[in-house]
Amino acid sequence: MDLTALLLSRLQFAFTISFHIIFPSFTIGLAAWLTVLEALGLVTGRPVYRTVFEFWLKIFGVAFGMGVVSGVVMGFQFGTNWSVFAGKVGPIQGVLLSYETFTAFFLEASFFGILLFGRPRVPPWFYLFSTAMVALGTTLSAFWIMVNNSWMQVPVGYATTNGQFAPDDWLAILFSPVVWVRFPHMLLASYLTGASCVAGTGAWYLLRGEYHAEARVMLRMGLFLAAVLVPAQLFFGHLVGDYVHGKQPVKFAAIEGRWHDEQPASEVLIALPDPAAQTNHYAISVPILGSLIGSMSFTSKEVGLTDFPPQDRPPVAIPFFTFRVMVGCGLLMLFLAWYGSYLSVKERIGEKRWMLWAIFLGFPLPWIAILTGWFTAEVGRQPWAVYGVLRTAEALTPFLTVREATISLLVFCAVYAFIFGFGIYYIYRLLREGPAGRLIEPPIGAVPNRPMSVVHHHEAPTVLAGE
Amino acid sequence: MIMFWVAVLAISLLLYVLLDGFDLGVGMLFGMTNDDKRRGEMLSAVSPVWDGNETWLIVTGVVLWGAFPPVYATLLSAFYLPLLVMLAGLILRGVAFEFRARAETSRWVWDIAFAGGSFVATFIQGMTVGALVEGLPITNGHYTGGEFGWLSPFALLCGVGLCLGYALLGTCWLVRKCEGDVREAAYRLIPALAVGLFAFLVVVFVYALAENLQVIHRWLERPYLFVFPAVSAVAALVAAASVRRRRDGVPFYMVALIFAAAFGTLAISFWPYMIPFSITIDDAAAPHSSLAFMFWGEGLFVFPLMLLYTVINYSVFRGKVRSTADHY
Repeated sequence: MDLTALLLSRLQFAFTISFHIIFPSFTIGLAAWLTVLEALGLVTGRPVYRTVFEFWLKIFGVAFGMGVVSGVVMGFQFGTNWSVFAGKVGPIQGVLLSYETFTAFFLEASFFGILLFGRPRVPPWFYLFSTAMVALGTTLSAFWIMVNNSWMQVPVGYATTNGQFAPDDWLAILFSPVVWVRFPHMLLASYLTGASCVAGTGAWYLLRGEYHAEARVMLRMGLFLAAVLVPAQLFFGHLVGDYVHGKQPVKFAAIEGRWHDEQPASEVLIALPDPAAQTNHYAISVPILGSLIGSMSFTSKEVGLTDFPPQDRPPVAIPFFTFRVMVGCGLLMLFLAWYGSYLSVKERIGEKRWMLWAIFLGFPLPWIAILTGWFTAEVGRQPWAVYGVLRTAEALTPFLTVREATISLLVFCAVYAFIFGFGIYYIYRLLREGPAGRLIEPPIGAVPNRPMSVVHHHEAPTVLAGE
Repeated sequence: MIMFWVAVLAISLLLYVLLDGFDLGVGMLFGMTNDDKRRGEMLSAVSPVWDGNETWLIVTGVVLWGAFPPVYATLLSAFYLPLLVMLAGLILRGVAFEFRARAETSRWVWDIAFAGGSFVATFIQGMTVGALVEGLPITNGHYTGGEFGWLSPFALLCGVGLCLGYALLGTCWLVRKCEGDVREAAYRLIPALAVGLFAFLVVVFVYALAENLQVIHRWLERPYLFVFPAVSAVAALVAAASVRRRRDGVPFYMVALIFAAAFGTLAISFWPYMIPFSITIDDAAAPHSSLAFMFWGEGLFVFPLMLLYTVINYSVFRGKVRSTADHY
């Protein structure tokens, strides 16, 4: 395959956005969970909630910082590599991103300092409020991003003037039904990421025979939350599928691996799609199930890829496989959450070490599901940047050279690998030290410091207030 | 509506230059000492606020994209390689704040990342402004300069100039926030940096005259522009006096005023162009429906809140920083 500036730019965007999403998807869920923990601690007065809160706050700090630096890059990339896109969609997407910056980033930034170091200085209710505000900030951020991306999937509320997309109905953009199934889908995914990491850490401590009280709280809260959220997530996933079926039939056909019209349609469980021959090899299919999933009918006709001209079809293999990986992760999570919750309620989970191992090793499942889900959504949208109206190839900066695109891709890979390696190592060290590892409260008078400074211990500066 | 967003853009960009300017400056100065205690104090002087400072860069970026899409699209794509380097610098420097204290044997890596990242980011920002002043090769609203269309001796010179400028802001901030060695060292650096900056301005002016840059004509058409150098001169005198008398709080505001005057000079010299001299504000403005939607939400309500947050943040961290190595 020729390495064109287009392909390199797509790879770069895919790489930087995939790297970035790892952190927000974790912190959105974690912030909400921290709020719950803090509220529980206030209401019940049990110290274990406080210990667990302080412990996860440190990890939250490190992940939050990594999300911030990798997010800055995203704001620039639309202009550097996709300047035609940026010029055309700015009146809509630039505006939505500016709302994200104004409403979410400043909310997060202002209350984060209080969250990290303000506990000795503010009343408990205000501390809880600050926690909730950080959670609100992360959630708002996710909201604006989902509005933005949903507009690219199903553009609404606009008119085209001089090749530029001008908004003419903001309510249609903000309250597009697509937003309101995809935003909950992403939010639930983030909550599940938090739940899975918390439960996984609890299982890890139990396996090592450490921090019994904290580990129990983590395991139970993580598992119970997941037990409720996974079914809800499967339901919203189904709704997302419905919108794709209705609004992006060619993406739906690619996900289903359906090359030709079928009536009633079968469902391909697994196969090896062959774009050249426009067929699947080694397919395992269930008759009629395809119609049932697509249209809730036993007889409906479902469209195939060959209904669309080749230049309007997405690549098939990536959406086909990533979708199946995502669903597979979801089903695995359902099993872990339900069976784990059952064992927890029966107080028998400590005896089933294989189950603790499964929960521990299963902590990345939501991340895998999020990444593969986004690959399905984004690759499945191709060859369009804005579905049906702006092709990805036409969105590229016209004078971008192969050399520039190669250099930038290599630089981002190198820098991200470097900081990711260290960041993950520091998080691992915090996890290994455990909830009782280090001092929990900052000394009185310590500065509310930077996000990741929460992991500093030997060099706390002081601001003498009121000078 | 258009003017409102021009104003928000100008305020955000100026705030970015002043606020991230001093912490980038401190980052460069950080590389000039080997003393671990001093380095710790220098970090403490900026660590609680630099994050918020950098957010103003994002604000500038997204307002530009939402309200003036062609400018965002043209500038970012024209400066492809420099922006890549700047982003890499900002990322490495940003995580260095955090990772440095966590590192045990590899602290030197983060020291280099912090000082180097600050320097690179500053240099690129100055170079970008220089290239804009000189004029980007743009025909019919499209950038035509190729990979290195922004590169020129003048642009490089402006890169050096901004390094001097941010370093000066940085020293003034350290004078304000620190005591002891760090404060004294910063005071000693101020005269050299100020002379360097002044020399740079003279060279820039002569170059602009010699090359007959279009910006210079603006000065003849708009003589009121000379207010800005006058303000700067007064500010420089006050700053010099306050440095001599060791009035810690004053120099920072005076240097900030000089920066604001320089900013005002550039803004009015460019007016009504956003990219001189090819794309005007009116050419670039997004449709009314975009600007109005931005105005009635984030403009009218959220933007004042953002300013308020910034004020609160700085008032919480007011006063001198002290190393508390003896605290434990």
